[in-house]
Amino acid sequence: MRAPAAAGANLSLDAVDRALVIATQGGLPLVPQPYERLAEALGCSAQEVMGRLQSMLERGIIRRIGAVPNHYAIGYTANGMSVWDVPDEQIDEFGGKVGALDFVTHCYHRPRRLPDWPYNLFAMVHGSSRGEVLAKVAIIADLLGEACRAHDVLFSTRILKKTGLRISGSD
Amino acid sequence: MPESVALDAVDRAIIEHLQGGFPISPQPYAVAATSLGIGEADLLARLQRLLDARVLTRFGPLFQVERMGGVFLLAAMHVPPARWSEVVDLVNSFPEVAHNYQRESAQQCAFNMWFVLASESDAAVATTIRRIEEASGLPVCAFPKLREYFVDMRLAVRA
Repeated sequence: MRAPAAAGANLSLDAVDRALVIATQGGLPLVPQPYERLAEALGCSAQEVMGRLQSMLERGIIRRIGAVPNHYAIGYTANGMSVWDVPDEQIDEFGGKVGALDFVTHCYHRPRRLPDWPYNLFAMVHGSSRGEVLAKVAIIADLLGEACRAHDVLFSTRILKKTGLRISGSD
Repeated sequence: MPESVALDAVDRAIIEHLQGGFPISPQPYAVAATSLGIGEADLLARLQRLLDARVLTRFGPLFQVERMGGVFLLAAMHVPPARWSEVVDLVNSFPEVAHNYQRESAQQCAFNMWFVLASESDAAVATTIRRIEEASGLPVCAFPKLREYFVDMRLAVRA
């Protein structure tokens, strides 16, 4: 079972958490004692760094700690943003079902931008080929059935930038 | 190019098993290395190599901006082909632009550039959008998240 994504409560950071985010947003130090290294830079103890990271993990401020692969480099050369026009009154039902498919990595309700953009449900699908992605998109189309009035798949043709979060060191 | 980097079985194991759950303990690389059946120094060297080769974009915490009171916003533009590289440089020059992808669709969708703005407030994101519009002379269409149904980007290695 895949649990639905938790609703996001806004939690602000205190000054030390914020400094820790800034110090780690580019990555953890690649040294045997990375938390000790961060503690030296922040002027606190390694124990405090670890406690704060654990707390941010538990609060969902940190989703996870580890490797963030470039999905192209690990074989997912086809990355399709599938977009769907479904009735607003059914979107939560369909969003939940589509998000529960094991090949969907992100699933959101976003606004339509008429007349250019009639789609309100976005589901990201990754695969080793466009054919594989399109086969998965067909599974979503079957799931939505007649409720889906139109859909499209936008394949990424190039990563232009990928740096992740960068919050500034000011204020 | 990252597509051509050769990965051995240990590299694959590192990428697959360390996408989450990295220990929060005094010597976390040693703990993670033991669980992978390799040495700490080997793990550190391999992570550095995977980062240098851009097989990994980062190694560290993956933050959920909204939980910090911040904002992640998907936005799109239609960039005329003749202005493509100029507009790429312009959009990428903003530190708030966390990801930027060129996309195409079989249905000739109007939007060919899709990027994610990550910042600390709605106001900061709105300012960035306005500055991109002013500098490029092109409209930016925002697609705010109305509801998140699922997010988990962990993928098995296929390379």
